[in-house]
Amino acid sequence: MTTVVSLLVVVPLAAVALTLLWRRLWVRRLISLLSSATSFVIALIVLFTVDAGGSVTVAVGGWEAPLGITLVADRFSALMLSVSAAALFGVLAFAVGQRDTDEGFPAFHAVYQALAAGVALAFLTGDLFTLFVAFEIMLTASYVLITHRAGAEQVRATMTYVVVGLVASGLFLLGIGFVYAATGTVNLAELSARMGDIDPAVRTALGWLFFMVFGIKAAIFPLFFWLPDSYPTAVTPVTAIFAGLLTKVGVYAIVRTQTLLFPLEAPSTPILLIAGLTMVVGVLGAISQGDIKRILSFHIVSQIGYMIMGLGFFTVAGIAAAIVFIVHQVIVKTVMFLVGGLVESASGTGRLKEVTGVLHRFPVIALLFLPAALSLAGLPPFSGFVGKLALIQAGFDAGRWMVVGVSLLASLLTLFSMTKIWSAAFWGAPTPNLRRRPSSVMVAATAGLVGLSLLIGLAGQPLIEIATRAASDLLSDSATASGGSA
Amino acid sequence: MKIRSSHFLETGSRTIVPTLLVVSVFLLVVGHNAPGGGFVGGLLAGSGLLVVFLTGGGRAVEDLLPVRPATLIGSGIALAMTTALGGLAFGGSLLSSGKLDIDLGWVGKLEVGSALIFDSGVYLVVTGLVATVLLRLGDTEGARR
Amino acid sequence: MSTAMAVAAGALFAAGTYLIMQRLLTRIVVGLGLIAHGANLALLGSGGEPGAAPIVGGSTGVISDPLPQALVLTAIVITFGVTAFLLALAYRSYVLTDSDAVEDDLEDRRIAELSRKEAA
Repeated sequence: MTTVVSLLVVVPLAAVALTLLWRRLWVRRLISLLSSATSFVIALIVLFTVDAGGSVTVAVGGWEAPLGITLVADRFSALMLSVSAAALFGVLAFAVGQRDTDEGFPAFHAVYQALAAGVALAFLTGDLFTLFVAFEIMLTASYVLITHRAGAEQVRATMTYVVVGLVASGLFLLGIGFVYAATGTVNLAELSARMGDIDPAVRTALGWLFFMVFGIKAAIFPLFFWLPDSYPTAVTPVTAIFAGLLTKVGVYAIVRTQTLLFPLEAPSTPILLIAGLTMVVGVLGAISQGDIKRILSFHIVSQIGYMIMGLGFFTVAGIAAAIVFIVHQVIVKTVMFLVGGLVESASGTGRLKEVTGVLHRFPVIALLFLPAALSLAGLPPFSGFVGKLALIQAGFDAGRWMVVGVSLLASLLTLFSMTKIWSAAFWGAPTPNLRRRPSSVMVAATAGLVGLSLLIGLAGQPLIEIATRAASDLLSDSATASGGSA
Repeated sequence: MKIRSSHFLETGSRTIVPTLLVVSVFLLVVGHNAPGGGFVGGLLAGSGLLVVFLTGGGRAVEDLLPVRPATLIGSGIALAMTTALGGLAFGGSLLSSGKLDIDLGWVGKLEVGSALIFDSGVYLVVTGLVATVLLRLGDTEGARR
Repeated sequence: MSTAMAVAAGALFAAGTYLIMQRLLTRIVVGLGLIAHGANLALLGSGGEPGAAPIVGGSTGVISDPLPQALVLTAIVITFGVTAFLLALAYRSYVLTDSDAVEDDLEDRRIAELSRKEAA
């Protein structure tokens, strides 16, 4: 099993090498698609094995935990790996179908697979420093993807993205230095055992430093400013995978570090406050926008708030709900951007004022948009409903009525924002700019992900059960750590 | 684009560049248990390429390299990944290493570890990276493409 | 960590923060480099007291902690790559816009435009 787990990082890296070596575009596409499909299958195998038999630890190079680098696949990471591999494969298929993404960008597949390797490593790593390296692999690949073909207008926005990312990386490194100075290790398992011995004040400071670092990557309330400007500037597949995946890796890191290393008092009022503000500010930003991709970008921010809310309860139910919500968001957010991209590629614009009547001209796009939009707003029986219901139940159990109320308000505003897109772009008489029929591969890739999201909605129970087991793993690990400080 | 350079640099580079390249390989080979290694070696080879660039421009760098920089980077990663997988194949874990002692007669003894192959991969990646930077950034026409 | 190193790391962070507040991209790039150096120095300092080189069979006295050194080396390599990329980006921005200055935020500009329209 350890071999299979290591393959999750090795396969995409091998694909990076191979796609750089072959010059023919179709060979590159084939290698890239094969790599992503293989990763998805492996991730599913790992998920089932880990769920049945407990977590798998790989000691890289044969060096055991306190000395060497470890890769740990537990339920949480296996779940994230599976869903991210699905999103990566779907978006890659879309990009191949769209054609102009990788034509004229020779390194696209190499960079995309590097991103996949970074994401896989970030989910698997068992120590803070390797997490830093994984983030850097992922972010550097994302810098290349987002800045490629950026014109005079976009280059400034993408520059903001890169600079913000680098500042966060600097702070991350500083945090690792502080943790090492305080405890003498960067291995997560060792850290959770030693965290209890250090001064609670130092521990709280470190906890908030890491919350801030990952909060920048995850785009939580005061730190999200870079996202709505930079994401929409990239080509559709790139924006879609960033929206679906990158911020969620940040959330994953927040959940991982906050539960394992810095458990706060449960439930944590400051985190819930940040969560509420993130939801409201994000959704208000979305309502004020007039461009599909910019609207959706603000929704990314808003939805991050729900995940942070689940974490803020610090209960098994809360964190399980947050995990379900992350899984749902990775798929649905990706789908939303892909549909936005379909509209754009059909009409040549994403501005709501300039396109109407997609429903009549290309009903298939409308058919794909509807379930994703309703899922984003959290209506039954779609996947968003499963996540939100679990979150709200967890909130009631924790007795936090305020933030639950805020989250319901934000859901309502999300629904309003979705109706705005629907009534502006899909209803009405078709505008003459709706000329290009999107390729069937693009539609099929989007439809596959929509199907997956429907599956999550209809078969929510097994997902909630796995997420609950994952959450109780996370919290029971942290119990050993909190012994000394309480 | 041909950069105008001084005759001193041009003449000197004929000695400096081969020396830099040989020393870079030396650093690579001794790297497993002495100061050196793939990264340092690659950077030194890269500075060799820099001298070539200063005297002859991007064209000279392209002429010197047998393959495209992307191929260098790709084969470097491939080499490193092969070593990583080799650990798995020989029953160990990912990236576990093994070594081989070779007696080279009067030249001396050489310890070849699988770490050396990994380092060679790093060497190729770094050299390829420096070459890419030189060709894409140094060449003003290249950057405007 | 020695006081000198702590002060140096702090000074690097301060200078780096000042530089990334500037409008010129080249200064921002240098500022990010300084921040990375400051973080590296802090990480290096986290290993505790300095000592001899940590080689098996080497010196017998106090040896320094090798782990932060390995971490810092990795971090330096990463910074090297990213800085090269950032320079490329700054250069492209210069080529495309013929200016090295960072403009106002896109959203800020849009809002300023709105208020100008309303006033008119």
